[in-house]
Amino acid sequence: MGEKILMKGNEVIAEAALRAGCRHYFGYPITPQTEVAHYMAKKMEQIGGVFVQAESEVAAINMVYGSASTGARVMTSSSSPGISLKQEGISYSAGAELPMVIIDIVRCGPGLGGILPAQCDYFQMVKGGGHGDYNLIVLAPCSVQEMYELVVDAFNIADTYRNPVVVMGDGYLGQMMEAVEFRDEEPIVKVEKPWATCGSKLERPHNTTTSIYIDPDVLEAHNNKLQAKYREVEKNETRVEEYNCEGADVIVTAYGTVARIVKNVIKEAEKEGIKVGLIRPITLWPFPSASYEKYADKVKGFLCVEMSTGQMIEDVKLAVNGKNTVDFYGRTGGNVPTQAAILEEVRKIAAKK
Amino acid sequence: METVFKRPHGLTDKAFHYCPGCTHGIVHRLVAEVMDELGIEGDTVGIASVGCTYNSYDYFNCDMIQAAHGRAPAVATGAKRSLPGKYVFTYQGDGDLAAIGTAEIVHAATRGEKITTIFVNNAIYGMTSGQMAPTTLVGQVTTTTPFGRKPELHGYPVRVSEMLSTLEGAVYVERVAVNNVQNIKKAKAAIKKAFQVQMAGLGFSIVEVLSICPTNWGMTPQNSLKWLEENMMDHYPLGNFKGKDLEV
Amino acid sequence: MAKVTFREERCKGCKLCVDVCPKKIVTIKEDTLNQSGFHPAGVYEMDKCIGCAFCATMCPDCVITVER
Repeated sequence: MGEKILMKGNEVIAEAALRAGCRHYFGYPITPQTEVAHYMAKKMEQIGGVFVQAESEVAAINMVYGSASTGARVMTSSSSPGISLKQEGISYSAGAELPMVIIDIVRCGPGLGGILPAQCDYFQMVKGGGHGDYNLIVLAPCSVQEMYELVVDAFNIADTYRNPVVVMGDGYLGQMMEAVEFRDEEPIVKVEKPWATCGSKLERPHNTTTSIYIDPDVLEAHNNKLQAKYREVEKNETRVEEYNCEGADVIVTAYGTVARIVKNVIKEAEKEGIKVGLIRPITLWPFPSASYEKYADKVKGFLCVEMSTGQMIEDVKLAVNGKNTVDFYGRTGGNVPTQAAILEEVRKIAAKK
Repeated sequence: METVFKRPHGLTDKAFHYCPGCTHGIVHRLVAEVMDELGIEGDTVGIASVGCTYNSYDYFNCDMIQAAHGRAPAVATGAKRSLPGKYVFTYQGDGDLAAIGTAEIVHAATRGEKITTIFVNNAIYGMTSGQMAPTTLVGQVTTTTPFGRKPELHGYPVRVSEMLSTLEGAVYVERVAVNNVQNIKKAKAAIKKAFQVQMAGLGFSIVEVLSICPTNWGMTPQNSLKWLEENMMDHYPLGNFKGKDLEV
Repeated sequence: MAKVTFREERCKGCKLCVDVCPKKIVTIKEDTLNQSGFHPAGVYEMDKCIGCAFCATMCPDCVITVER
């Protein structure tokens, strides 16, 4: 491990991608993630990599589709309205089983909404904003250090499962500066890509990258294959942080920046004699349902806190499966749930008989 | 006796699914013949688009990527930037390239992407059953211009080659037709030159091929060829718009 | 001395080869149906063939092989 460096989250994303062996980046400017592109533009030109500022997010994701088809480690980054535009290409990429990393630094919506941080892209990333039965693997860091580590992991996971992987952070994570410590060597997983459409050299039958299967039985078999892959991902890649949950009166669940606020709430509540635990999903898909099941009948209730009007709470409720109450507290428009407000909600649940 | 004409190696042995008389088959063959002659099949990646040729990946023997509607030039950009030493071409129809994919083709051209686009213009949407295309002629009857294309209602047909030839990044632009043997030979020469321009790294190259759609035009293949000659060639004059004298 | 071979099962009977033959020897075989239900094109008077390959050039389905 090297020394600690103070860096902006968005720049760390780009640096992490480069360290993971990504030499191909295609993007389109949008606040609050544009520093990823700035960093990539400079570095790629210096090291002989590929940086293209596309004419739109639609084009950018399709450039990623083309590059990933050749077997390259490739990334794009955007923010909420831009991600909406990319959904077409994302669906095609999931269908064609292309490994790629997509960064979403989330801002508020709907529509142009605002440029301040939010977590209102949960549905479009976790539930599939595009058409068809597919899943993206969605990683949600809560610090700049974790952003770095998850971006590196994202490339490995994408290659391993031939699937798009999303690293989703609220605007704070992209914009804030924090200390980050880079590893001397990255744990790069090398995956053979015999399926790549990179020129056959006439040494093998020609390869095809496609998401269209006109024959109903062939398409159904393809869908079944995708589903089997998703079950493997659920088994192997689910990540969660359980903090202070054993013996807790109330479990608060949150991801990203909000989870860090909750950790402070835990300290405050402790002073009042309320034991609060935190379940922080690190993978939003696959969702760490088992963690909720474990505590479902042991706590007075759950509280889900989001910078949205309540999106992740649907998965929390499914995981708790009616065995306990799941309350919600959220802020929107770029506002952040405060410690005081969350603590007030915790008190209400703790006061239950 | 020596075989002087046979199916090129650049095509797989799969039978085309196109309608009787559809000239997509001719254009496919020309691209395949060019790959054979230049010896580049093993170093070529083709981009199939959306429309009647969505599965041209079944017909071309080189590696193929199927792209979303209109996005082939963006997909080709990604592929070519990641494989700078290989040959990348898109095969697109008029709906794909000149309607939904207008942004992608214009920007791939103006960036001077070192790719080749084969643009088949038959003035109609084929796959979705005969709707107005951006290239549908004024007066032409389609399923969405049942009383003929009227400029006041539907606007005017777009001349893609003329438009793209104004862009500095587009270095080779030619319009050809596959209506007779002589023009088919010229079409092949243009496609070959377009690939050679790509090989030389000079920039973006496009060959627009005037083509027929007997099924959706509601004519026999023979009458379709006549209609192409009498109507399309007036609005879409054949010839080189750019790069005729490029040394390749 | 020249010869054209038609892969009849691939022919869709579009007649583009018929019109283009300078010797007018390519015809549609009205008495034959292929698997797809088309009357395929063919040549009865092969001795008149000059091997110009016009028919093959015009064929959209790569049905024709030409030798000479």
